[in-house]
Amino acid sequence: MPMSAGEIEALIRVALPDAHVRIEDLRGDGDHYAAYIVSESFRGLNRVKQHQMVYAALKGRMGNELHALALQTSVPE
Amino acid sequence: MDTPTYQRIKQEIDSSDVFLFMKGTPVFPQCGFSAAVVQVLSASGVKFKSMDVLQEPDIREGIKSFSDWPTIPQLYVKGEFVGGCDIVREMYEDGELAQVFSDNGIPATPMA
Repeated sequence: MPMSAGEIEALIRVALPDAHVRIEDLRGDGDHYAAYIVSESFRGLNRVKQHQMVYAALKGRMGNELHALALQTSVPE
Repeated sequence: MDTPTYQRIKQEIDSSDVFLFMKGTPVFPQCGFSAAVVQVLSASGVKFKSMDVLQEPDIREGIKSFSDWPTIPQLYVKGEFVGGCDIVREMYEDGELAQVFSDNGIPATPMA
């Protein structure tokens, strides 16, 4: 059962309460999204660690119900 | 993950300076993200080895816990996990990927 943009955003917010999150539905099929996430908790972490934090927030859905999530993570300016 | 799978993954990764776990092959990629990483590596002009995880179900699953990364493709340079499609593309665009290759003494003849 594919995920909705709202579900993805909610899960990310639980793990990263301070984050600015923007989800884009790339193909309208509930399976290909892009997520742009700005959070203080990424500061000092390399990209791999930042993305791993987001995957952890998604509690195992990444690569399962959620086939594709293009991730762009950054820290607040 | 059982030890033989772990050991095979380690062996594969150490068998080439640049190693890509992907879906399909560089000539016939079976997934857009895998194809994108192959393109980046070809544009970077580096030699690399790859494995089609669609033919290796144990490795396809094992590699995810090996690097705590839930998706394929996965790029390794000198045994170190570099990233999946997003990160490799971002690094390529920032010139960081070329830096990783030169830092590791990996010959790269980028296409103009």
